[in-house]
Amino acid sequence: MTTSQTMRTFVAYVEDRPGVLNRISSLFRRRNYNIVSLNVGRTHEAGVSRMTFRIEADDDMALRVEANLYKMVNVLSVEDITHKASVSRDLALIKVTVGPDKRAEVLQLCEVFRARAVDVGPETLIVETTGTQDKIDGLVAILQPFGISEMVQTGTVAMSRGPRGAAASALNDPQSLRDLSVA
Amino acid sequence: MAASVTNIPIGTPARTEARRLTGSQIIWDTLINEGVNVVFGYPGGAIMPAYDALPDFPGLRHILVRHEQGAAHMADGFARASGRVGVCVATSGPGATNLVTGIANAMMDSIPIVCVTGQVASTLIGSDAFQETDITGITLPITKHNFLVSRVEDIMPTIRQAFYIASSGRPGPVLVDITKDAQNANTEHRYDASPIRLPGYRPENHPLPEEIERALEMMKHAKRPMIFCGHGVIKANATALLLELVQRTNIPVALTLLGLGGFPASHPRSLGMMGMHGEAWVNTAIQEADLILALGMRFDDRVTGNLKTYAPHAKKIHFELDPAEINKNVKVDLALLGDLRETLRLLVPHAEKLSIDSWVDHIEALKGDSAVRDIRELPDSGRLFAAHVIHDLWRYTQGSALVVTDVGQHQMWEAQYYKHDHPRKLLTSGGLGTMGFALPAAMGARFACPEEEIWVVAGDGGFQMTACELATCAQENIKVNIAVINNGYLGMVRQWQQFFYGGRYVATPIKSPDFVKLADAHDLKGIRVTRREEVQSAVEQARANKETTIIDFRVEQEDSVYPMVPAGADLDNMIRRPMPEAKHNPIFETGKDP
Repeated sequence: MTTSQTMRTFVAYVEDRPGVLNRISSLFRRRNYNIVSLNVGRTHEAGVSRMTFRIEADDDMALRVEANLYKMVNVLSVEDITHKASVSRDLALIKVTVGPDKRAEVLQLCEVFRARAVDVGPETLIVETTGTQDKIDGLVAILQPFGISEMVQTGTVAMSRGPRGAAASALNDPQSLRDLSVA
Repeated sequence: MAASVTNIPIGTPARTEARRLTGSQIIWDTLINEGVNVVFGYPGGAIMPAYDALPDFPGLRHILVRHEQGAAHMADGFARASGRVGVCVATSGPGATNLVTGIANAMMDSIPIVCVTGQVASTLIGSDAFQETDITGITLPITKHNFLVSRVEDIMPTIRQAFYIASSGRPGPVLVDITKDAQNANTEHRYDASPIRLPGYRPENHPLPEEIERALEMMKHAKRPMIFCGHGVIKANATALLLELVQRTNIPVALTLLGLGGFPASHPRSLGMMGMHGEAWVNTAIQEADLILALGMRFDDRVTGNLKTYAPHAKKIHFELDPAEINKNVKVDLALLGDLRETLRLLVPHAEKLSIDSWVDHIEALKGDSAVRDIRELPDSGRLFAAHVIHDLWRYTQGSALVVTDVGQHQMWEAQYYKHDHPRKLLTSGGLGTMGFALPAAMGARFACPEEEIWVVAGDGGFQMTACELATCAQENIKVNIAVINNGYLGMVRQWQQFFYGGRYVATPIKSPDFVKLADAHDLKGIRVTRREEVQSAVEQARANKETTIIDFRVEQEDSVYPMVPAGADLDNMIRRPMPEAKHNPIFETGKDP
């Protein structure tokens, strides 16, 4: 029987070429997968991008997400790291409306959250924080009373602990990487 | 630019020395090297350089269609009939968008076609140039993959990749969009025949030995097993292995619409089609079965009916190439991933005879009064029923014609009454249900099977959607026989209106042109048939004519396809054809005949 829907975290390596992100998001849309967050960026390998995405899915659906991604020509490898020991982080920039009178108080609170001020203006402060969604939500709740004028957050990026993850190991074939860098 | 290109005779395949060719020439040269000898297309601004180079390649026949949808269906029909890749060509903008229905159709039925489209010059992309459209964006969800090529050097490798992707693994359509400047530019060209490597594309899967073991074990214990023959049996060329499996085990076979022909209809263990318009005994048997071997099929909703009550007693083994199909609609107990032929090769030699005589007898008994309800048993009132026409067509063609159907009632009657013993003899639009498919697909099939007798079976509605291709038949001397099952309605929709919408026939009565005159207007032949005794001579006349011949069969207007499982109903909850003596509307009952 199908399990209930839970938050799943996937890591995928994809070819770094135009339109690939569009192909993947189009797949999610037409298969009715609900993306909670999606992050994509380059890796240390030329021609290879790495994606982290989180979706709500049950076990069967998670397998099909993986299988459907594998069917895409530009997807090099996929791994569901939901049940693996892993590190996952979001980064947030929060602009707090705070003048000189309360600035010290805000900075003190930030310290508790290991967040740092990356810009100080006469009436504003930009705070940078990385961590899990819970931690970011906690910080936002604390800063809200001072007045948050803007906030931006990346999607989750995640990496399994220990030796090279399965998705990364699937890239081991040096020929495939050579093909990528010349394409 | 063109001046620097050597004007040597080209078009001979597999030349090894490098030559300086234009992108346009490279397109055709690469297609020829991929084994293509016919393309279906329509010229226009952004593909004109390629067309200008076409006469340099006498080995390639171009069929000028009347609408690009026809070109895509022709490529599709060619691919279905031959098992090879079909090719269509169109210009940018409207030319490309007209392909869309044909591409979606090929995607749903996993048909390998390559579509080459012209695109505006790369410098103009994104400027809303004349006839610019983002066709790779538009076709992204309905192609297996697509490419935009804007450099002449990329044309040959990209077309090669397109053929490889289209035809390998689970096949599907691939579109290659080539900018006009890439067609006009030139480069040193030598067709590269080395194996293609796409780092992210691994279409193969292989079943594990222990999975084969487990399947055999499950088969051993089955008391009421069934085999499902899907499209994959035909695509994987696994029909002989399936036959052997049945000879060894005696397991009865039910077929999907697209699986028809994958197992001989005349075989004693062949039960017929399953699903919405499947045979009553097949659907009832599925609900009683304790083991289902599902071969190359995807448990479409038209096959399963209500998923919650579907085949409740059966363990299910899914033989499937595409991992994304596993547990998509129906949760299975075992999945054998891989090429069906490879899987059956491993499994069949170990399959043992099962003692299931009582199950086989039981299914036979389930047929009950089905034969009596059969339209063929209706007293001859002198009126013409569509099922009569199809049944007679089967008889007078000795069941050996290649039949291409459109979509609707006639399609289901064909599936029920034209008994196919061989694969690739029924081409039909299954997944997408594309009206207008039949005529162009049959024309494409003509190039795959030049000697074969080909019949289009279409309704009066769908036929008119692509009837413009009659002119293509006339111009290109393409001979097919066309049976228009003309009931003056969009019949399947009318049937639903009769059963489920209180008999309100909204927008389903349809006036057609005089099809005999229409044939005449195209310098083709037309015959009208209104009585059953005229069927045979009309069929024979059409076969004898050297031109494409339309037979306008004026059939009973408000006949319905039976049995019918209403959409989403339990599979054995079928509307059955009334008994011959009944005067009332169809009765709603279970398929369990007393």
